[in-house]
Amino acid sequence: MKVIKQLVIAIGLMLPMICAHAEVDKRARDLAASCAACHGTNGRSAGGFPMLASLDKTYFVAQMKDFKSGARPATVMHQLSKGFTDEEFELMGSFFAAQQR
Amino acid sequence: MSLDRRDFLKLGVAGIAIGAFPGLAFATSEIIPKKGQRVVIVGGGFGGATAAKYIRMWSNNKIDVVLVERNPQFISCPMSNTVLGGSRTIGDLTRSYDTLKKKYGVKLVQGEVTAIDTQKQAVMLAQGHLGYDRLIIAPGVDFMFEQIEGLNAEVAAESIPHAWKAGAQTVLLRKQLEAMPDGGVCVIGIPKAPYRCPPGPYERACQIAFYLKNNKPKSKVLVLDANPDITSKKGLFMAAWKELYPGMVEYRANAMVTKVNVAGKTVSTEFEDVKADVLNVIPPMKAGVIASLAGVVNVDNRWCAVDFTSYESKVHKNVHVIGDAVSAALPKSGYMATSQAKICAAAVIELMQGQAPDPVPTIANTCYSMVSDSEAMHVAHMYRFNAEKQAMIAGEGGGVSAKRSEVEGALAGYWLENVLNDVLM
Repeated sequence: MKVIKQLVIAIGLMLPMICAHAEVDKRARDLAASCAACHGTNGRSAGGFPMLASLDKTYFVAQMKDFKSGARPATVMHQLSKGFTDEEFELMGSFFAAQQR
Repeated sequence: MSLDRRDFLKLGVAGIAIGAFPGLAFATSEIIPKKGQRVVIVGGGFGGATAAKYIRMWSNNKIDVVLVERNPQFISCPMSNTVLGGSRTIGDLTRSYDTLKKKYGVKLVQGEVTAIDTQKQAVMLAQGHLGYDRLIIAPGVDFMFEQIEGLNAEVAAESIPHAWKAGAQTVLLRKQLEAMPDGGVCVIGIPKAPYRCPPGPYERACQIAFYLKNNKPKSKVLVLDANPDITSKKGLFMAAWKELYPGMVEYRANAMVTKVNVAGKTVSTEFEDVKADVLNVIPPMKAGVIASLAGVVNVDNRWCAVDFTSYESKVHKNVHVIGDAVSAALPKSGYMATSQAKICAAAVIELMQGQAPDPVPTIANTCYSMVSDSEAMHVAHMYRFNAEKQAMIAGEGGGVSAKRSEVEGALAGYWLENVLNDVLM
């Protein structure tokens, strides 16, 4: 009984860690973090720059590709987008879509 | 004198304790007792404050973070040139550390670090010491006053401000401009690169010219640049000077200030002595003194080499360096300091769990320069780690604005709000 109790406590203590690992792709999180100086922590912009938190992933990826190709004009993003891969757009898109506004 | 049994026991216990717990060997007391895994961060500027927030946030508050900062409040260096132009006050750029404490549980210690013991893994302050598992230093820059005859920290604080750290000197320089007669000359001396904020001195020339144009239109700004050319956004700055401030900004390349005369209000270069009404000499820079205390300055006696996947020093294990002090082909900007801080924060969390950090850190940087109260332009690049070269390499597509604009001027203001929120809120 005592052993089971200890086991339950141990699993309970580990649970937040297990969950945190399952939830967030760290590469996506870290790529997205570099956008925060302009677009706010986790994409929650206070104004001026588009809110990225909760943005539809398909929409986000399409915009980034359009910035990259020049189809969508921009002041800055036509430059920054060119350095990232399509796979990285997908990762960032997934991360921002999962963030609350 | 003989030892009785009680004394002997005390000594014995102390001896064992010193061996088992090195922390007890310090002459000073622990400022905040260390329980569990702890990161100490020295320097609460853009880099240090961001690292503090993100380690707490990304570790789900599991890692204890102590942030040591000497100033009671945060003052943004980015956009501080607009205080000289008059469109902002230093108060507009000042923020509190309270949210880092209350929302994120960062433990803030206000004080001056006097020594760092990388063997015992402790940071010393006048009020005691702080033990760490990992140390992040974000020391910013200090000034090499010794390279300019007649200049020192006191002269800078009282009469020839560099105003290259936002605060009292920014306000002093503004007051000197206000007191300058119409028809006067303001000299800006720019050090050889690398220095903090590459476009900053040229933006400053614009901001001072903006103030003078509207208040003292017969006055001039004379830029004495130690570099062979304008180091950032050259075409854009030249256009701004010519079109917005015709005849007011004079630029001289290869004009390194080597000497100042406080009483005579004169600066000297290799070629000439220049008398002026306001002197703003920006001295050459090196990693802030905290880097020397940690013993991690190993490039040209000025900067700190790091592993770009973790920002761990190449000199000492468990000591990380972020921001302006880092030796890299990266701009020394506030934005860049936040980008480095996040890579460092993620890596520190992984390393403390025995995991490897992201092998290909990828970061961005955008810097706006305000050329008046309303117009700005930017430079933007993304950078990716190249393991073969062990360097951060600029990605494809980076560059500057096609032209300055009011749209970017407005964005620069929003950038300031968003980045300050990202660092502190």
